[in-house]
Amino acid sequence: MTKLTYLIPLFPLIGFLVTGLGRRSLSKAAVGIIACGSVLASFILSVLLFLVVKTPGFNPTQVKYFDFIHTAGIDIPFAFQVDQLSSLFLLVITGVGFLIHLYSTAYMHEEEGPHYARYFAYLNLFVFSMLLLVLGSNYVIMFIGWEGVGLCSYLLIGYWFRNGDYNQAAKKAFVMNRIGDLGFLLAIFWMLGQFGSVTFTEVFPKAMNTAPTVLTGITLLLFIGATGKSAQIPLFTWLPDAMAGPTPVSALIHAATMVTAGIYMIARSNILYTLAPVTPTVVAVTGLATALLAASIALRQNDIKKVLAYSTVSQLGLMFLGLGVGAYTGAVFHVMTHAFFKALLFLGAGSVIHAMHHEQDIRNMGGLKKHLPVTHITFLVGCIAIAGIPPFSGFFSKDEILMGAFAQSPVLYVIGAFSALLTAFYMFRLYALTFLGTFRGSQEQAHHLHESPSAMTIPLVVLAILAAVAGFLGIPEVFAKDAHWLQQFLSPIFSESAARLPVHGISHSTEYALMGGTLVAILAIVWLAVRNFSRNTPQPATGLSRVLENKWYVDELYEAVISRPLKGLSRFFNNVVERLVIDGLVNGVGRLVQYGGRQMRWLQSGQVGSYILIMVVATVVFFIIQLFGR
Amino acid sequence: MFAAFDNFPALLIWLPLIGGLVSFMIRDEQKVKYWALNFSLLTLVLMCASLLYTDPRHYALNSVSYIWLPEIGSSFSLMLDGMSRLLCLLTALAFPLIFASTYRTSYGNANQFYGLMLLTQCGLMGVFMAVDALVFYFFWELALIPAYFLASKWGGEKRIQAAFKFFIYTFAGSLFLLIGIIYVYLKTPDQSFSIVSFYNVALTAKEQSWLFWAFFIAFAIKMPIFPFHTWQPDVYEQSATPVTMMLSGVMVKMGLFAALRWLTPVFPDILKDMDNIVIGLAIVGMLYASCIAMVQDDIKRLVAYSSIAHIGLMAAAIFSANGLAVQGTLLQMFNHGINIIGLWIVVHLIEQQTGVRKISQLGGLAQKAPALAILLVVIALANIALPLTNAFVGEFMMFAGLYKFNPWYAAAAGLSIILAAVYMLNMIRNVFYGDLNTVTASFRDVMPRERVALVLIVLFVFAIGVYPEPMFDMIRQASDVWLSRFNK
Repeated sequence: MTKLTYLIPLFPLIGFLVTGLGRRSLSKAAVGIIACGSVLASFILSVLLFLVVKTPGFNPTQVKYFDFIHTAGIDIPFAFQVDQLSSLFLLVITGVGFLIHLYSTAYMHEEEGPHYARYFAYLNLFVFSMLLLVLGSNYVIMFIGWEGVGLCSYLLIGYWFRNGDYNQAAKKAFVMNRIGDLGFLLAIFWMLGQFGSVTFTEVFPKAMNTAPTVLTGITLLLFIGATGKSAQIPLFTWLPDAMAGPTPVSALIHAATMVTAGIYMIARSNILYTLAPVTPTVVAVTGLATALLAASIALRQNDIKKVLAYSTVSQLGLMFLGLGVGAYTGAVFHVMTHAFFKALLFLGAGSVIHAMHHEQDIRNMGGLKKHLPVTHITFLVGCIAIAGIPPFSGFFSKDEILMGAFAQSPVLYVIGAFSALLTAFYMFRLYALTFLGTFRGSQEQAHHLHESPSAMTIPLVVLAILAAVAGFLGIPEVFAKDAHWLQQFLSPIFSESAARLPVHGISHSTEYALMGGTLVAILAIVWLAVRNFSRNTPQPATGLSRVLENKWYVDELYEAVISRPLKGLSRFFNNVVERLVIDGLVNGVGRLVQYGGRQMRWLQSGQVGSYILIMVVATVVFFIIQLFGR
Repeated sequence: MFAAFDNFPALLIWLPLIGGLVSFMIRDEQKVKYWALNFSLLTLVLMCASLLYTDPRHYALNSVSYIWLPEIGSSFSLMLDGMSRLLCLLTALAFPLIFASTYRTSYGNANQFYGLMLLTQCGLMGVFMAVDALVFYFFWELALIPAYFLASKWGGEKRIQAAFKFFIYTFAGSLFLLIGIIYVYLKTPDQSFSIVSFYNVALTAKEQSWLFWAFFIAFAIKMPIFPFHTWQPDVYEQSATPVTMMLSGVMVKMGLFAALRWLTPVFPDILKDMDNIVIGLAIVGMLYASCIAMVQDDIKRLVAYSSIAHIGLMAAAIFSANGLAVQGTLLQMFNHGINIIGLWIVVHLIEQQTGVRKISQLGGLAQKAPALAILLVVIALANIALPLTNAFVGEFMMFAGLYKFNPWYAAAAGLSIILAAVYMLNMIRNVFYGDLNTVTASFRDVMPRERVALVLIVLFVFAIGVYPEPMFDMIRQASDVWLSRFNK
């Protein structure tokens, strides 16, 4: 079975080629079937692979297909890593990915044939890239997928390419990712120099005998890559703009693919991070700061997708906090549960936008509860899950990360828990403004309100069930001994790190107290948000909330500090250095030569034809005399 | 006299030469086009045959040497080792692509135009195969002189000015080169121009250092490296498209190749004193050109500056003198040649149809020409070295080699991959996306002949990007031999 792993990414690749090349000839139905079918096939294979990996006594394997770059002293095979971590990610990517594909067939039905096919081709390519990223058995193959998802997000964010703003957002996403990618690349070069290889199974054992400063450097560079892909400070501003793409694309980017890449990469490299002395702290602090910053911005956003986008940034911050404090399982757990509820929330938002005829401002919504019953219930499940209310999935994974943070330092815990409170607040603000109260949209919108077709509601229901129950994969020890299935499943991946991390025992009573305290606070916040926003609409912003509404002016800051000076410098190069300094010098020399010798003027204004003739004749004569004349 | 025809190196010189000379005599425009295209295809077939039937590892079988000027110790010697093989393949491939993709456009005095083009091809082949310094110099000039005439006789309004600048630069470069060659020749133990004698020449450190600069300036102008580059954007902008394609696709590789064959191995001891200056210059040039590319409104100038940036990386890699860097550079020379011709084809199609090259005046072409848009996006992505495109492999290895030389250089040069994304995506956004306007409203999609050329380029992009091993197989041996010059 492991030999056949290549089929998992191959199916979406074929789907991409067929729908892409056949976009003019294939019917929309055929495109939908091919695109969904290819991802479904990958999902089925991923399940089979998972069953193989799950059997006791399974050893992680590398499946090599061919030499990618094997020359000049480096050996980078095109090979896949089949183990617990990659297998788990395969399930999430193809599973959630398939549901998003299915949903898209209905959501995008208004698009014309060729564009419809183009959309699905990009979607398939996205899944392919992500699978490559997760399956690669070395950092270069991972990097191929890494840049691949960057490309796909560029293509999909700018899917409606006639809109200039969307193109701008697409470009911003790509460039910001590229900044991170440079960090990743430099880390790869460093590893090549240090270990002579970038294959996981060779790098990790060697890392144990490597100077900590070197590991700090490598891991920090890798982390720069992660901040780009997973939208952390300072490279987070592209993700909220990325909602310019069709809504299912946001679900794909935010849940199943792309942003989880950074988490995956660090989880995969966990031993490097555990051994590096400084980096984990940097990761934890960056994650926490991002979680807080993004959550604060989400408090004052009025675009349904923007709220969700900032919540993703914030949740990703939480995952990085988990990685930073050594709660690797918790971070991966949260990736998984987050994939379910965030895909659910985005698709739910898509269903609302669909019903409201492309309206995204929640100030114009309200009372949608009775018009969109399925969307409402599933969206509510998503909100409960993300807010961290038991027994829904978000509670378990968030709790595991926060407990890991507490074990390191109570300060980390308090700030993390505070961002969780903010999350609960803005999510239920969003929920209440959208679904509760009275409808605030136009008459025409009210007239057209309708529940979405089943191709859209079925994925919602499936995701809602997953978001509700997935938490039971990781029941903390405090509730039941040895019930944390995920921890046991992933233990081969993290065992080396676990052995090196200090064990902080938190007593059961402390854990109950923390859990209970946070839960009470969250419930209070939820009650507050629902009570307030089911009746009132947001007031015009003043003071601090104005700063929040404008996202702390980070975009403006980057524009002023980086973009504009760079452009100015470029203009200076072009207009002054190039034209006046260098060209001036050259022309000066040229003029000197021109006046100096008549020959030059003769050449410049002479009869070109005759020179060609002279040259040609001379050449031929030269050849003939020298070669045959002897 | 037929002895000359029994081996590939000589044939690769003769074919374009004959093709070019015959072209001069064909007065009819259609016929000369047809002749030139088919003749260049014949050269390509021959080149492919040489790849199939000879092994780059057997140097003796791939070399020819004729008596030429024995009085002064020069023989007409050519060699097809792995390095030359790759560049000759590029040369053989580039010309049919150029002729096919511009077939629809007519150029006045077509017989002279195509004749000069093929003569340039002959000169290029000679430069890449010569293993005698005088023969090398001979072909160097044989390539440059027709190129000068091509640039000055066909093209935009300011072409004379541009070509004159080109002439001044190259003339100066050639002068330095000739002086350098003669000086080294006089110092050779056996008074010979052969490459072996050049490699064995004993020079003092002082001599080496000024000779290094003499050779370097000649090659740097050709590449071009900052600050010797200002001829290039003007010439690219003003020349007829086939000439621009030929210059940027193949001729700029002359400078890089010459640095690999005639500069670094001839003065290996002095390299470690010079490498920091040269690489520093190359990296400054990369970033400088990338910045300028970001603010260009003329597509041709944008591509020109982007090319300067890419060439800068190759130059930096050559002078970091390690296996990774040099194999990456060789591969990238080929990739860059193919990819940039692809870019020029797209630019040519746009200019032909709209008469406009200003990025700000275009827009929305993707709606009218979806196929062209896809092909351009793929080639543009290759230009910014996205993984699974050919340029990724080359640039990855060059950066890795540069990193080996000095990590900070790699980090600084790496900034260009970010800037490249900015200017390429900007171009795509402004030309292909957005709304149509009066200039672009009646744009038609790419026609069969150009489509074939572009699809072929795209196939190369992916084939080499996914499985580069056949290319490495070609150059591995030559790169090892080259490296052995520095590890004495």
